[in-house]
Amino acid sequence: MVAKVELKTSPHLRSAPSVDQIMRNVVYALLPIVAFAIYQFGLSVLVLTITVVASCLGTERLFNWLSGKPNTLSDWSAVITGLLLALTLPPAFPLWMGAVAGFTAIAIGKALFGGLGFNVFNPALVGRAFVQAAFPVAISTWTPAFAPGRFMEFIPSTLALPFMKPPAVDDWIATQAVDTFTGATPLAQWKFDGEIVDSWSLFSGMTTGSSGETSALLILACGAYLALRRMMNWQIPAAMLLGAALTALPFWLYAPETYPSPVFVLFSGGLMLGAVFMASDMVASPVTPRGLWIYGLLIGFLTVVIRFWGGLPEGVMYAILLGNAASPLIESISQPRIYGQKN
Amino acid sequence: MGFFNFIRRKSFSHGIHPPDYKEETAHKPIRRLPFAPEMVIPLSQHFGAAAIPLVRPGQEVLRGEPVARADGFMSAPIHAPATGTIEDIRLMPTARGPKVESIILKAHPGASQRVLYGAELDVDTLSAEELVKAVQDTGMVGLGGAGFPTHVKLTVPPEHRVDTLVVNGCECEPYLTTDHRIMLEHTDELIRGIRIALRASGTRQAVIGIEDNKPDAIEAIRERLKPEDPIAVQEVRTKYPQGSEKLLITVLLGREVPSGGLPFQVGVVVNNVGTLAEIGRLLPKGEGLIERVVTIAGPEVKKPGNYLVPLGTPLRFILEQVGYFGDAGHLILGGPMMGTSVASLDVPITKPISGLIVLPEESANDHPDRVYPCIRCGTCVDACPVHLNPSRLGQLAARRRYETMAVEFHLNDCFECGCCSYVCPSNIPLVQYFRIAKSVNRERAA
Repeated sequence: MVAKVELKTSPHLRSAPSVDQIMRNVVYALLPIVAFAIYQFGLSVLVLTITVVASCLGTERLFNWLSGKPNTLSDWSAVITGLLLALTLPPAFPLWMGAVAGFTAIAIGKALFGGLGFNVFNPALVGRAFVQAAFPVAISTWTPAFAPGRFMEFIPSTLALPFMKPPAVDDWIATQAVDTFTGATPLAQWKFDGEIVDSWSLFSGMTTGSSGETSALLILACGAYLALRRMMNWQIPAAMLLGAALTALPFWLYAPETYPSPVFVLFSGGLMLGAVFMASDMVASPVTPRGLWIYGLLIGFLTVVIRFWGGLPEGVMYAILLGNAASPLIESISQPRIYGQKN
Repeated sequence: MGFFNFIRRKSFSHGIHPPDYKEETAHKPIRRLPFAPEMVIPLSQHFGAAAIPLVRPGQEVLRGEPVARADGFMSAPIHAPATGTIEDIRLMPTARGPKVESIILKAHPGASQRVLYGAELDVDTLSAEELVKAVQDTGMVGLGGAGFPTHVKLTVPPEHRVDTLVVNGCECEPYLTTDHRIMLEHTDELIRGIRIALRASGTRQAVIGIEDNKPDAIEAIRERLKPEDPIAVQEVRTKYPQGSEKLLITVLLGREVPSGGLPFQVGVVVNNVGTLAEIGRLLPKGEGLIERVVTIAGPEVKKPGNYLVPLGTPLRFILEQVGYFGDAGHLILGGPMMGTSVASLDVPITKPISGLIVLPEESANDHPDRVYPCIRCGTCVDACPVHLNPSRLGQLAARRRYETMAVEFHLNDCFECGCCSYVCPSNIPLVQYFRIAKSVNRERAA
């Protein structure tokens, strides 16, 4: 006899995946990029990544405890924030500053808004923006990729003590016998020296820059994995790349000696990482179909505006944060037409 | 060819593709279930006023004899499902919760399956009004699940002009295969029913919409149609909720029913294939609706299939007949997307119930425990066939801003198909939130 019956409300079927499965897959998609960054820049990036992730997890748990909420580490979102943040930092970034960045990302970027689902800005970029303001020298100290001794020793500034001035890395770079190293990212070379790095180097990641932003190809492949598994929408990255290319194109056509080509714009700096993994952050982006495109195009446009006419060589971070801020407005003006409604 | 077929096949935008679980019943012919010793016949099995009983306790009734008459136009009569004795008329639980005045009928042991009551009608000589009256006399209501009296659906208000009868053969809910079997086994009755409905409603042409997962049904109907029949079969893509009345109208005819409006307003009358097949079968014989086809399926059922069940048969008796595994389960009346959980096995099968699905405990939800906050992934926005923003509506519901939901975000256009809850990775019970919001708004308005 059926002795006991259950009462539930419809629908009585549910599809996978759940939030933790989606987040875990984003982590999987980030791991090849982290691995390439470690291969490219060595031990310093490995320990920096571990430090930032640990800092994010610890901060998340601390705020769970302070707010009396259940443990939210199992939803994997803090791991994503940690990995993304680490990928945006320079390889020589001191570990203690990385820990500060991780704390700020979770504390100010996420927990103070109410945790997962309530953050207005991408938490990783909030952490990045904080350390950009707090540690302007460290955040713009670049070291060469594929230094021969990268798996044997740390970059000296990595192990700087908290609140101490990190040692200069010039001597260490000299010991690595990388003659051609200019100490500048491709964007900075263009902005301050007027030199353009060739496209293949940008595409494959054979340049310097933040630890995880150099290989556009790898980032695109990892993003495609998520998009194909329907765990990330492809519209935002597509719209952002389109927006950047379309904004850069007329200037390059008009004055090719002053402005870089759209190809250079797309594959240099953090544009690809930002487009695929940060602008596409679900929580801080619109949900409406047209809103996704408006949001992506806006961020692409702002990125190029900041790069071309701003004081900094890179504009992706501020462009995405501005896009995040505009997201609620974009969503409210892009509500779709409902079946049976007149307009 | 196949490729171009795919492109041509009609559908609406958004929606979902749940697993259909139809294979275990779709190929099985409809079988008859015996009479339960005691039947419970609610006087309200339809949308509208409850029927008025015509019998007293102790009275003997024949199978097919009217036991309750319609209370006005917006009501339907009820007929005895078996020859037997009226035991009592009292309040009994129903599937939707509230207790309803019900006739308790004790079937005679060994009572015949023959219908003993009815007066043959020459359908061809009747006028449209007479046909509508005859349909009401059968007690016919929408068998697809809504339970709206069929004669009301066939009566077009004078201010509207209609031209097309849309026949809904989509059956997009998982598990359910009653319409599929009816289209295969009762094709002639269906076509007769469509002809009657065309005349009764004053429409000139009929379009039967059938999902492309039922090619045998499409074939069967096309074979029996005569060239002079103004009836077309249109294949539509298999997708949930293709069988939603308004969406189907848009898919088949390109007309959009205004928000809050009825199909009449775009010149359309809609009926379900099961309903029209019953009209085609009952009307010429002048009989009443006393049984219906029900899909009984789910992992817990030993002999899943489509059964012809006398209306009023308690679920307990049905489960004893078809067998089931285990001693606890989750019973759903209707399909798993829009059906209701059953609280009591004493609940009877009534006119609008198309399925009895028995799921194992907990299986209704693969990850039942954890409800995450909305991560604004937008999956629900891409699933909603009405193009609502369930994510935003859910967030407003959590803050009890029910009026904003209705005024600014079109809550009342939601027909509770369940797509948003089905896809939500955070397991937020969105549809339930919306039901609560609607009922609070209704109460405030009252």
